[in-house]
Amino acid sequence: MSRIKKNSVIPGFGLTMGLAMTYLCLLVLIPLSFLFVKTATLGWREIGQIISSPRVIASLRLTFLTSLIAAAINAIFGLLVAWVLVRYEVFGKRFIDALVDLPFALPTAVAGISLTAIYSKNGWMGSLLEPLGIKVAFTPLGITVALTFIGLPFVVRTVQPVLQDLAAEVEEASACLGATRWQTFWKVVFPCLQPAVLTGFTLAFARALGEYGSVVFISGNMPMRTEIAPLLIIAKLEQFDFAGAATLAAMMLVASFVLLLLINIIQWKTAQRFSEQ
Amino acid sequence: MIRYALIAVALSFLVFFLILPLVTVFSQALSKGLRAYLVVFADSDTISAIRLTLITVAVAVPLNTLFGIIAAWAIAKFEFRGKMVLITLIDLPFSVSPVISGLVFILIFGSQGLLGPWLSAHHLKIVYAVPGIALVTTFVTLPFVARELIPLMQEQGTEEEEAALVLGATGLQTFFRVTLPNIKWGLLYGVILCNARAMGEFGAVSVVSGHIRGLTNTVPLHVEILYNEYNFVGAFAVASLLAFLALVTLALKSVVEWKSERSGRRMTGVREEATDGH
Repeated sequence: MSRIKKNSVIPGFGLTMGLAMTYLCLLVLIPLSFLFVKTATLGWREIGQIISSPRVIASLRLTFLTSLIAAAINAIFGLLVAWVLVRYEVFGKRFIDALVDLPFALPTAVAGISLTAIYSKNGWMGSLLEPLGIKVAFTPLGITVALTFIGLPFVVRTVQPVLQDLAAEVEEASACLGATRWQTFWKVVFPCLQPAVLTGFTLAFARALGEYGSVVFISGNMPMRTEIAPLLIIAKLEQFDFAGAATLAAMMLVASFVLLLLINIIQWKTAQRFSEQ
Repeated sequence: MIRYALIAVALSFLVFFLILPLVTVFSQALSKGLRAYLVVFADSDTISAIRLTLITVAVAVPLNTLFGIIAAWAIAKFEFRGKMVLITLIDLPFSVSPVISGLVFILIFGSQGLLGPWLSAHHLKIVYAVPGIALVTTFVTLPFVARELIPLMQEQGTEEEEAALVLGATGLQTFFRVTLPNIKWGLLYGVILCNARAMGEFGAVSVVSGHIRGLTNTVPLHVEILYNEYNFVGAFAVASLLAFLALVTLALKSVVEWKSERSGRRMTGVREEATDGH
């Protein structure tokens, strides 16, 4: 123990570390690694067959595409909302700021049925959009709307603190040197915010990939057309295709680990850049 | 001019994506009048769903609170190798899809799973029963308290604890009289978030619940069942309860944020005075 830990007068390292590791192993690490063990019991051929089935490919394409679009919408509007909340005096700012976290606090099933009610044929938005030929509920567009809702807080919350710490002098200097407001934003402010926007975008994207509760109501769940990957996992489970479900789950898990790694790299690079300055 | 345009666009985005869904929940719930709304809560299935959710919360939140404190103590108060890896591992349940969290426990405890034959031989049931629901909820909400406490306790350092120990306090005394008062707002914040997620978890619980009315239905699952039976008033009435609790969570969260900001400022004020004295 003393080799991995520096000496300290504070007691309880062995006890707390032991308890924390035991809990973490029993509840998270062993169960999750069992998913990969289960997948590994299949041969490469079988794994290839599962992954290359048209229904799996269609669901993966749909999941990645809608998640990407939703995360992009959130990157743009999240930046805007963070900007307005930090820079401008808006009536009810505290209230709006607290409300941004609603998608974290509201159970996903509640968001799901509510968005479906809004965008279905008789809903407030649906009845306005349907005559224009735009169908939202039970289409990929509806899935995107739900994923935008659940990913909304990420970019706002990553950009807000960075924007708050950004010194006004930098912008003033840029303006004094003759830059237009657009140039100041694009060449001075945005480069500082870029890592935060990227982190928020990746978090929103990762969250959207695994989302189930809010999507299941609005998507209509038609195989090949509006069936997202998490739903296909459940469909496979209900047909007692445990190996198929585990394979698809292991793939999605690897995808989210890669994204997690990406976030860490972004943050590490940013820290490095600031320490160089 | 640009300022007002930006504010208008940002606010309409929030109105469309946040306010509208929230208002819809309550207006749909009350669309057939107050009587129809209240009848839903007299239903025995609704009551047993509420009871099951409370049981789940009563298991998941205390366990993860205890884990959060213990893990944060080990990580923040000591220097050791592999610390970043450990922090990443604690965050892991956040990056796992709820559906996959549920699936993992089916693969272990399900009838065809790893421990399935042993469990059925001993007449024990974990998935498609209450223990499974409590278990996945605990898995999903594991990081909440720990991830609030770790950065907070790292920032506070070990000086105050060292002082207490040198003055003769025992380890537990140090924790309860020095550390706990310093972290109480962060702890409360983590518990509030953990509780909100434990009450509202849908995907993971849905996979392991088996959807037995009155037995393995939590409140969010009950919303789904009512909705799929085209009982929209019922579904939205139960949903409005969850939405109300979400609003309470947001309000509490703002209060705690405001309080911890104030106590944080007071703390740094004290520190600055102390260093000025030298």
